Amino acid sequence: MPISNETRQTVAELDRKYEAGFITDIETDLAPKGLNEDIIRLISSKKGEPEWMLEQRLKAYRHWLTMPEPQWAKLRIPAIDYQDAYYYAAPKNIDRPKSLDEVDPKLLETYKKLGIPLREQEMLAGVAVDAVFDSVSVVTTFREKLHSAGVIFCSISEAVKEYPELIKKYMGSVVPYTDNKHACLNAAVFTDGTFVYIPEGVRCPMELSTYFRINEAKTGQFERTLIVAEKGSYVSYLEGCTAPKRDENQMHAAVVELIAMDDAEIKYSTVQNWYPGDEEGRGGIYNFVTKRGICKGKRSKISWTQVETGSAITWKYPSCILLGDDSVGEFYSVAITNNHQQADTGTKMIHIGKNTKSRIVSKGISAGKSDNTYRGLVRISGKAEKARNYTQCDSLLIGHTCGAHTVPYIENRSPSATLEHEATTSKVSEDQLFYCRSRGIPDEEALTLIVNGFCREVLQHLPMEFAVEAQKLVAISLEGSVG
Amino acid sequence: MLKIENLHATVADREVLKGLTLDIKPGEVHAIMGPNGSGKSTLSYVLAGRDGYDITEGSINFMGQDIGEMEPEERAALGLFLAFQYPVEIPGVTTTTFLKTALNAVRKARGEKELDPASFLKLQKQKLTELGMDADMLKRGVNVGFSGGEKKRNEVLQLAMLQPKLAILDETDSGLDIDALKVVADGVNALRAPDRSFLIITHYQRLLDYIKPDVVHVLAKGKIQKTGGPELALELEQKGYADFYDEAA
Repeated sequence: MPISNETRQTVAELDRKYEAGFITDIETDLAPKGLNEDIIRLISSKKGEPEWMLEQRLKAYRHWLTMPEPQWAKLRIPAIDYQDAYYYAAPKNIDRPKSLDEVDPKLLETYKKLGIPLREQEMLAGVAVDAVFDSVSVVTTFREKLHSAGVIFCSISEAVKEYPELIKKYMGSVVPYTDNKHACLNAAVFTDGTFVYIPEGVRCPMELSTYFRINEAKTGQFERTLIVAEKGSYVSYLEGCTAPKRDENQMHAAVVELIAMDDAEIKYSTVQNWYPGDEEGRGGIYNFVTKRGICKGKRSKISWTQVETGSAITWKYPSCILLGDDSVGEFYSVAITNNHQQADTGTKMIHIGKNTKSRIVSKGISAGKSDNTYRGLVRISGKAEKARNYTQCDSLLIGHTCGAHTVPYIENRSPSATLEHEATTSKVSEDQLFYCRSRGIPDEEALTLIVNGFCREVLQHLPMEFAVEAQKLVAISLEGSVG
Repeated sequence: MLKIENLHATVADREVLKGLTLDIKPGEVHAIMGPNGSGKSTLSYVLAGRDGYDITEGSINFMGQDIGEMEPEERAALGLFLAFQYPVEIPGVTTTTFLKTALNAVRKARGEKELDPASFLKLQKQKLTELGMDADMLKRGVNVGFSGGEKKRNEVLQLAMLQPKLAILDETDSGLDIDALKVVADGVNALRAPDRSFLIITHYQRLLDYIKPDVVHVLAKGKIQKTGGPELALELEQKGYADFYDEAA
């Protein structure tokens, strides 16, 4: 994808530091600070949940109390005070709007600044947006069109009430609450998120997208996303994340579960630019996310594409369990760290079925004083005859005070499996920059061009709507890293 | 067009250019010949403004402006172009993207409107046809996996697209077989114009069989040692550079 000068210009016009760093002044309904069983009961009752859901939450919370923080990543994480945060925040003026006209204009303004004018999108068609403002799903567009195709696309809170059987069957089936401490916390206090159900044989008529946004100070955001693709169905889901500037750190512990049946395909794309903290490393989001998909059916396919440019700390490993024979898992990732950001991200490909295939392409870019680690596991079970994996990890360093690390784990119990692993580490060379500059391309634009070229293989897997945004983000994330 | 006076320049604290003077008028083609280590490539980098090549004395005036302190991109916007001896690879960036980014950056710096995609593609196609080049190159990463000849042709294509006032060709003939040399030379000749000058830096005379210079200079020991017409190049080809080592020593 070419990065045009128009794009550069747009980027220059944006807030030089963090374009999404504004705070919407809307009265918010806050639960008291802190975490205990009463808070969880309050969340559950605010959401009008059935008893069984509350029971699940409490069970998770009790287990959470006994779990240690995961320590194995190459991250320096300050001790987290879980009692010093709010676990429920909802904009007050909004009580289930029936249409966009009923939505608080300030909210719509906020979305506009983020570049997702719902009104326009509704008119132009193409993308259905389930916008999550803090904890309450504000508005869901395109319901009708999806409904006629038999697709369910709604907030997870609604799904708990409307489709309890599906939720009971699938929620927690890929990421159980016992999985890790962050996922367990999510199971206890998740406030919203998205549920997608694609019936057998249906090709979802549009790209589905959720825009999450943390607004209230000191709120953690704990969304839960569940996507079920029945036999022979297809869905592409986009997720974008931004959060305003704050001095303190905020926690984001999401859980995403994907389930693909026979011949189904799920494509999940993320562009993450949560607030990364300032140049000195103050503030920023802790992005502790558990994403996992299971290729349950034969010939099913799950593809993760992520562009991670934000957050002070990223701890995230979108993974695939390849259970069905001939199923395919893919992971395409760009992770950019600058200043004091830390990222430890990668994937797990668990091959169980015969002839399962996985492909991992990871591009890490480090600048400033940041640290960027790829951590990936490829596990091939004894039953996974003729399984194949291809892994490519490329690291690009900008300057000499940053770090790039590659930690691949390979466990193979199948003699007929084929595994390939390629890794490179390179620096943006002075030769490349000078070559571009001698052709009239200014230094920051030259760096953006070179880095976008480095990421191209991954960026081209993003849907068009996101590819442009991702390129802008690459430019913004790298500001101030040359010279 | 280009006026260099008493230029002294250092690379890593070592003085390489030691009082070089040169005057190129619009439309002229000058060749600078010299032995290895005479400062030929240093001259091209100093002119293009590469970091680490410091001017310690003298001046470079280009298009009526002292460019000694300018950034490389500012010099490019003024109309200076350097065809590299070793063109650099930029993986993942297609040649067409690179051309468009460069052309629009230069246009923007000059206060001109950026080209819309359709006009750009039209211009690109026109230049390709004029140069008799294959469009296949455009879709590939800049210089990635290119043969020596393809890399040099890519330099000529960039030259044709950017339409500079002064093109410096740094050892463009190195690594080229005779057929590739002809293609590149034809490309350069097609771009000769009354308001465009060329500075051809070369070790050998053979490129000058195809691109006829108006003036030939001999560079040795960081200075122009002799200036003459095209016949000087032939003389050098026969006698070598030995005389100038002695004279300069």
